[in-house]
Amino acid sequence: MLREIRPAILVLVLLTAITGLAYPLAMTAIAGVIFPKQAQGSLIEKDGKVIGSALIGQEFKEDKYFHGRPSATVAPDPNDASKTVPAPYNAANSGGSNLGPTSKALNDRVKEDVEKLKAENPTASVPVDLVTTSASGLDPDISPDAALFQVPRVAKARSMSEDAVRELVTQNTQGRFAGIVGEPRVNVLALNLALDAAKAK
Amino acid sequence: MTVIGWIQIILFCAIVVALVKPLGWYMTRVFNGERTFLSPVMRPVERGVYWVGGVDERREQHWLTYTVAMLLFHVGGFALIYGLMRLQAVLPFNPAGQTAVAEDLSFNTAISFITNTNWQNYGGESTLSYLVQMLGLTHQNFLSAATGIALAMALIRGFTRSSMRTVGNFWVDVTRCTLYVLLPICIVYALFLVWQGMPQTLGAYVDATTLEGGKQTIALGPVASQVAIKMLGTNGGGFFNANAAHPFENPTALSNLVQMISIFALGAALTNVFGRMVGNERQGWAILAVMGILLVAGVTVTYWAEANGTSALQALGLTGGNMEGKEVRFGIVASSLFAVVTTAASCGAVNAMHDSFTALGGMIPLINMQLGEVIIGGVGAGFYGMLLFVVLAIFVAGLMVGRTPEYVGKKIEAREVKMAMLAILVLPLMYLGWTAVGVVLPSAVASMANAGPHGFTEVLYAFTSATGNNGSAFAGLTGNTLFYNLTLASAMFVGRFFMIVPAMAIAGSLVEKKSIPASAGTFPTTGGLFVGLVIGVILIIGGLTFFPALALGPIVEHLAMNANTLF
Repeated sequence: MLREIRPAILVLVLLTAITGLAYPLAMTAIAGVIFPKQAQGSLIEKDGKVIGSALIGQEFKEDKYFHGRPSATVAPDPNDASKTVPAPYNAANSGGSNLGPTSKALNDRVKEDVEKLKAENPTASVPVDLVTTSASGLDPDISPDAALFQVPRVAKARSMSEDAVRELVTQNTQGRFAGIVGEPRVNVLALNLALDAAKAK
Repeated sequence: MTVIGWIQIILFCAIVVALVKPLGWYMTRVFNGERTFLSPVMRPVERGVYWVGGVDERREQHWLTYTVAMLLFHVGGFALIYGLMRLQAVLPFNPAGQTAVAEDLSFNTAISFITNTNWQNYGGESTLSYLVQMLGLTHQNFLSAATGIALAMALIRGFTRSSMRTVGNFWVDVTRCTLYVLLPICIVYALFLVWQGMPQTLGAYVDATTLEGGKQTIALGPVASQVAIKMLGTNGGGFFNANAAHPFENPTALSNLVQMISIFALGAALTNVFGRMVGNERQGWAILAVMGILLVAGVTVTYWAEANGTSALQALGLTGGNMEGKEVRFGIVASSLFAVVTTAASCGAVNAMHDSFTALGGMIPLINMQLGEVIIGGVGAGFYGMLLFVVLAIFVAGLMVGRTPEYVGKKIEAREVKMAMLAILVLPLMYLGWTAVGVVLPSAVASMANAGPHGFTEVLYAFTSATGNNGSAFAGLTGNTLFYNLTLASAMFVGRFFMIVPAMAIAGSLVEKKSIPASAGTFPTTGGLFVGLVIGVILIIGGLTFFPALALGPIVEHLAMNANTLF
């Protein structure tokens, strides 16, 4: 049994060097050459400044932008490091609400959001993804229904016709992969960038 | 539930089944020490490892030596992770300036990764440096997975060999598994993931100015290289806190599908390896059928429950199912399927927050783990777990007809049955015992995030997941406390090694027995009767053990939900 001690140390060290250093570093080098944009986080730049990542949702509150889903991410409380404060779309600390199906806190929050949205667009039914928090708190997408729901508000705030805004939503809707896998979705940041670009024209 | 949803589920199952034979063929060659198409590249590396390590690849080990070698290997792995976490502040590859991780959290995480659990009391992007992610976590993702497969090989050899004393060489099995199976797949897989949008960089976190002028710090890192092995090795520990729900850790519906397939690929293929090694592939397919039936049953319940949503959402006129804690790109079906797959295997990665699932939707992942994660299971671990149930089922069948039970040519006698029972009984002792403590001790109760029966389920889920070496969580529970760091670590340790040692004892006992040819009186283990019997044994043992606990948690919560009671 004692002769198993040498391999226990040396095989471990060697396999660790291969799988823990050589492999990730080699993948970093190769990925950086073949897929440089994705490897760096699919960052979007505007006028030389990073405005976000195509894959990471960000918070939108203004009427003229489409809004993403509610986010349950938090950040350390600046006054008391042992506590946390809400910080929606905190991309340095992902996470969900973790509230369960019989949670009163969850139910109260959803009810409040539904009432706000109903006041904004009384004719349409409220899409469920627009009032529920995502698992990561960084969901970049909303459902096509959730985008169409917001069209009247955005069109009004931008003095655009609803049809023009709806057209942009359709253009920015991604279908299922191969028509089968996943769900149809609208990337909120891409849609809002398209809106800004349309106005600039 | 929709037609397109079911098509996605069937597509997933079809791809996994299609991979079983080719992967099984390849892995059989690797573990029989035969030449493969990778030998020209990997053989020199393999020889180098043996030369430096002082391993004679032709010298085989007795089951005890094999087990001791495995344990020593883990002592080293533990020390490495613990040391790296404590010292990360002064080590390189730390652009975010992470400080040293606390003693109890480092202890918990080190145990968690050597046991292939990968429970996340750590926060990923908010706690760990890139060096710890690579050298600590990525390396152990490889080695704990390779260990699981090596142990399954030793047990399979127990069945296939006749009148021998050795079950293989641990160092050879681990090295070959890492170099010929895990690493080559991961290299291709990681590049696919980067193509889909996963970051792979050593650069620092990026500060972005959002469209509305806010500041957003975007965490990055060498994600793809870790996620590839995290899924393939059924490890499940996230690079980020939100695990596979994070858009960087699972960017598209396609990456999600491939991640689910990679959780099952090796575990499913091991049934074929077993069939090939015992000389009858149908023995492997019978075991896969047991796993497949239990899986489809679980998926059906969870998908149905999540698509129905909660009565609170329905009362507000919200249709479209329970989207709380789920991502739009995956939707209801891919989130439900992922939850069942990740707990059927011992992966524990999550692409949706299980804590926010409906009561019944979240109960299936819990049941999957409590059944011992034998539905495909962790790579290797699931397979030897399933063989323990097979031993019991064969024993029960033998009692019914009054013959000494035998399985693939080996007599199953008192020693094997005792060891199988020991392994199976020690698990509920951990998760039920610690749950009882966790719901009474005031400092532990304070960790619950939800009130009412859901809080109880959070605690039960945590200890079940730890004992089963799964690593998924009802993540609302604040696990990073002294109590949970230590108790969960003990559950993970016992759940892993108190299952391995009896399983290895069975391997050692079987390998010494003579193989006997099948006769007219041998119970056939390739047919529907055998499949039904194993499923029955799994459900009866499982059900008797944990039904009372489920009644206090998810079942009572479901009834409360239907009565519109909120907590």
